[in-house]
Amino acid sequence: MNPIVELITKLGDDAFILGHRHSEWTGLGPILEEDIAMSSMAQDKIGHALALYTILHEQFGGPDPDTIGFLRNEKEFRCCHLVEYPNGEYDFTLVRHFLFDHAELLRYQLLRQSTFAPLARFAAKVMGELKYHVLHADSLMQRLALGNEESHARLQASLTEAFPLAAGIFEKSPYEDQLIAEGVFAGEALLQQQWLKEIEQRVQAWDLHLPEAREPLAGLGGRYGYHTPYLQPLLDELTSVFRSEENASW
Amino acid sequence: MVTTHTLSDPTFMTADQVLQALHDVHDPEIPALSIVDLGMIGELIIQGENITVKLIPTFIACPALDWIRHQVKERLKQMGFRKVEVVHDDQTVWTSDRISEEGRRKLQAFGLTPPARNCGRWTEASLAAVTCPHCGSSNTVLRSFFGSTLCRSTHYCNQCRQVFESFKPV
Repeated sequence: MNPIVELITKLGDDAFILGHRHSEWTGLGPILEEDIAMSSMAQDKIGHALALYTILHEQFGGPDPDTIGFLRNEKEFRCCHLVEYPNGEYDFTLVRHFLFDHAELLRYQLLRQSTFAPLARFAAKVMGELKYHVLHADSLMQRLALGNEESHARLQASLTEAFPLAAGIFEKSPYEDQLIAEGVFAGEALLQQQWLKEIEQRVQAWDLHLPEAREPLAGLGGRYGYHTPYLQPLLDELTSVFRSEENASW
Repeated sequence: MVTTHTLSDPTFMTADQVLQALHDVHDPEIPALSIVDLGMIGELIIQGENITVKLIPTFIACPALDWIRHQVKERLKQMGFRKVEVVHDDQTVWTSDRISEEGRRKLQAFGLTPPARNCGRWTEASLAAVTCPHCGSSNTVLRSFFGSTLCRSTHYCNQCRQVFESFKPV
């Protein structure tokens, strides 16, 4: 696979799958504002996936964006495990959104300098929107971490579960060295380092703690097409309408 | 803010006439504003009776973009242009600073607080410090970074006790 195609595919797939997970809160949010927030972020993320799949289509002669999103097999997806997990309760959704979107904003900050111009341009645009996602996560995390005993305990339990999985966000691509050498992307290692600093600083201020590293392979595999058992059922549901009439025009 | 090129003479239609006509095309999510007020026109290239319009999308996932593209085409054909091309301007990043003064007045009248001018340097505090479009009070609180469409945040006015929305700075 072309290294840039691999990079854009994983970025698009993360946004696509997490966008779908967020959309599962539509109509079910714990309060109206959160229902609207999760639904809005879902719409943003699916839009980001569309923009990235469009780059694949226009710059690399890939299939049209709908085909990329709806008709690939599970093995061809390059999303990380963290985004595949079911929403669980609101605390898990929130902690995942916090961990993921901090990485996402920092990633696009790095990609603004990308030598691949279409990606650099997309990065400049997407950052304005991701700033809202990050502030939303921070503001809710803070409110609940400093809320009461139960809200604090719930966030801590979800952080303990989600943090090891977040390592999968930074799983290195097979073309990592080439992407770095060509200035396309500064690399997962640098990104993870920057991310950890942001996360640690906040978590400490909110009196939460990061779990000790336990399983070295937790959360890994997604970038190589090895997914959790949660992805296939998600894809089945996500594509059910599309597959019912593949040639329909909407 | 709009780059215009008129590439042949005599001119069939001037850029000003085209912009005037494009004031008839509205964003369906904020019908008070035209796409010209929103700063969505990046470039106009007029070649005799042919025209190319470069549109700058606002929010990436804006569901209205295809509809707007279609409306622009229809409106320009109505003016008599023979060949109309509406393309995506991928060289310019849309920011809320592109909304014109007239657009900001229309937003206010529509009941949406216009975004602070800041080229993306807004903070949570600046976002929260908006005045109520109904009563003008600054005694307001931010209720949510999100709202009924992608471009809005939700606020509450302690003075007139009403929920209101603001056009988000981006």
